[in-house]
This record gives sequence, C-alpha cells and structure tokens, in this order.
Amino acid sequence: MSQKEIELILMRQLASYLAMPVFLVDTDGTLIYYNDPAERLLGRRFDETGEMPVQEWSTAFTPVDEAGAPLPPDALPLVIALSEGRPAHRRFGIRGLDNAVRQIEVTAFPLLGQGDRHLGAVALFWEVGT
Amino acid sequence: MKAVFLGTRGSLASPGPETARYGGNTSCVAVQGVGGTVLVLDAGTGLRRLGALLSAPLPRVDLLLTHLHLDHIQGLGFFPALYDPEVEIHLWGPASATQCLRTRLTRYLSPPLFPVHLRDLPRPERLSFHDVVSSEEFSVGEFRVRTAFVCHPGPTVGYRIAADSASLAYLPDHEPALGVPNFPLAGDWTSGFALARGADLLVHDAQYTLEEYKDHVGWGHSAWEHAFAFAELVGAKQLVPFHHDPAHDDAFLDGLLARYSRERPGLPFSVTPATEGAVFEVG
Ligand SMILES: [Zn+2]
Ligand SMILES: [Zn+2]
Repeated sequence: MSQKEIELILMRQLASYLAMPVFLVDTDGTLIYYNDPAERLLGRRFDETGEMPVQEWSTAFTPVDEAGAPLPPDALPLVIALSEGRPAHRRFGIRGLDNAVRQIEVTAFPLLGQGDRHLGAVALFWEVGT
Repeated sequence: MKAVFLGTRGSLASPGPETARYGGNTSCVAVQGVGGTVLVLDAGTGLRRLGALLSAPLPRVDLLLTHLHLDHIQGLGFFPALYDPEVEIHLWGPASATQCLRTRLTRYLSPPLFPVHLRDLPRPERLSFHDVVSSEEFSVGEFRVRTAFVCHPGPTVGYRIAADSASLAYLPDHEPALGVPNFPLAGDWTSGFALARGADLLVHDAQYTLEEYKDHVGWGHSAWEHAFAFAELVGAKQLVPFHHDPAHDDAFLDGLLARYSRERPGLPFSVTPATEGAVFEVG
C-alpha cells in the first residue's frame, strides 16, 4: 500500500467537511476521493466505489455546453488544471443519469507541492440551478 | 544503532523537580551507529548535553530538524560544535515555498533573539544547509535517511533512519488524526504511514490525553490514543510516546502509562514513554 502525499491527505480531510461537492484526482486523473456532496452528482458513494480511473468517472455524467452539445474533455476545468497545470473555471451543464441537465460552475486548480511536486488537482462544483 | 534521548518535552522547556524523570528539555534525540556516525534529531534544548555524551569531538555532525518551531531549534545556539572550527556541521530541515533553510534559521540565530550571527561563527563555510522535501532519501555514514512531509502546522518532515535491518521513525510533532473522526483511516490515507511502517522504534508525538486533544484540534499534536492507533496501523515494534506536554509532570505521566497498560492489555507493540537520558538499542 503506497501512502498519499500529505497535501492530498489534508485536501481529503478538508473536503470531507465541506458542503459543496469536491473532487480530488491524482496526476493520472484517477479520482482518488470525492466527498459526500459529490456523491449526488456521481450517483455513487465513495465508500462503495473507492478510487475510479478517469475513463470511469468522466462518463458518469455528460457535460454539455450552452447549446446542449457535448463538451470535449479538454474543455473541462479539471482536465485543464491537470494537463496544463493552471487554475480553470467554467460554467456548463451536466446531463445526469436521470437525463436532466443541471447548470454548474466548476473551479479547478492544480496541487503543486514544495519541491515542484505535481500532486494532482481539485475541482469544486457549484450547482446554479436547472 | 543506539538512540539517546536528550530532550523529550514538547513546546516549552519545563525543568523542575516535578519533571526531573521524564525530563524538562525539549526535543533532541542522538542516534549513534556502529560505525560511529552520529545523527541528531532536532535541536531542542536537550542538544546542549550532546557534547558530554561523546567521548571525543566528532569530525562531522548531522542535525536533522523536523521543523523550525522554537522547541526544536532553541538548543542550536548552545551547541558547542557550532563554535568548534574543526567540526563539519550539516543541517537538514524542511524546504519552504518562500525562504531557504539557512535564511529561516538565521531569523533565530541573529539579534535580537540571539547575540551571535551565523556568519560570525568560526569558519562558517563548514556549515552546510540542506532543504529537504517529501520522500527524499540520502545517506549519512552507515545510515539511510528517508523524509516525508507530515501533518503539523507549517512545513514539517518526519524522518526514518535505517542501518542494516534496524529502523527508527521519528515523528515528534504529528497530528495524523486531524479531521479524521474515526482515526485511523487506511494506511495510504494516513500521514506518516509510509515513513513509520514496520519501524523497530517509533518515536511519536503523545502530547495530550484524548480529553485534552478535544480542545487542541489543529494544533499539530496527538493524543496518546492516536499514538497507539498509529503504532498499530504501521506495525511498529516499540512505541516511544514523546513530546510530553509541559503540564504533564512525572506523576501524571506515570499515571497515564499505568492507565493505558490497564486499559489496553495485549497491544501488538511495547510502549516505553521517552524519559530524558534513556538509551534504546534499536534492532
Ligand atoms: Zn514541538
Ligand atoms: Zn511544532
């Protein structure tokens, strides 16, 4: 069992107390933690799923733009934060398993540790209505 | 290897007849290898007594600082080797995002906090500063040293010292239970796990009782219960509760040990709280 870096551990601990959905991914994009509020978006509990590879979690909901057209992955803030190493923000819709589209604001930022360690990225989701 | 406890107290030197046995000096542990290498873990007020312990002056001393809280560096200015032009000194400590280790230590080793400037020491070029980050490995003499950032306010590292098959993990200021209601989580989500895994000797923060911890969440320290749970999680062979709270005198610490021995029979590791002057043969 390899141990997560302290910054990821502390981020998880903070997220577990927050009321807005928080997603935490490692450098590969694997979803290593999501908090209780995020379970509503994914429709699954972290305690049940554990870690999820990017292919799995990114298809749990379909991101769509203002016109309802699917958004490519590289337009998503979390992907930008991870691949380009910079903060990113965007408003878009997500079509859940119930086929309803919810409007959300997403802010994502990379986690850079001391000694230039790339640790992953964090995304905060904010539901703004349907 | 041999670990000699020169300072066991947390936060503030607490000398007095009521703390004489567990000790009043702040964090400092000397680790001596069979080849004669000496590593010093933290430079609390206990560091002053290192000289008296050595039969002859060493050509080189490595001071491994976990962090720069005053109780871990206050002994530096009173370390005789600092003024001995023949001794090579290596200072290891956590990197920070803003200033290097040398600059941060100079804040303490300069007026008005201390009368002598680092640059005014004899042959200051014999001092080397090493900013360490997480998961770093280096060798000093016969020792292999590994570092990891751990849960404590400000950049703080823990150290794992290994020689041959013996290992010692040193986590004097550590709050792995922060934000974990049912401590511990699995090892991969626990601060310090990789560093302390399977250690022969685990020197770990045990500043509070569980009752006291409730009023000190986020201060960076552990309750004895957390130290027990952590030791069990990592599979340590011997736990040394360390960094005693200044308010915990000898009678109180004796009482704690008696209470936990009663309440927790059959622990998979032995428990020996740190006392000043204690010597542990590791491995
Ligand atoms: Zn301390
Ligand atoms: Zn501290």
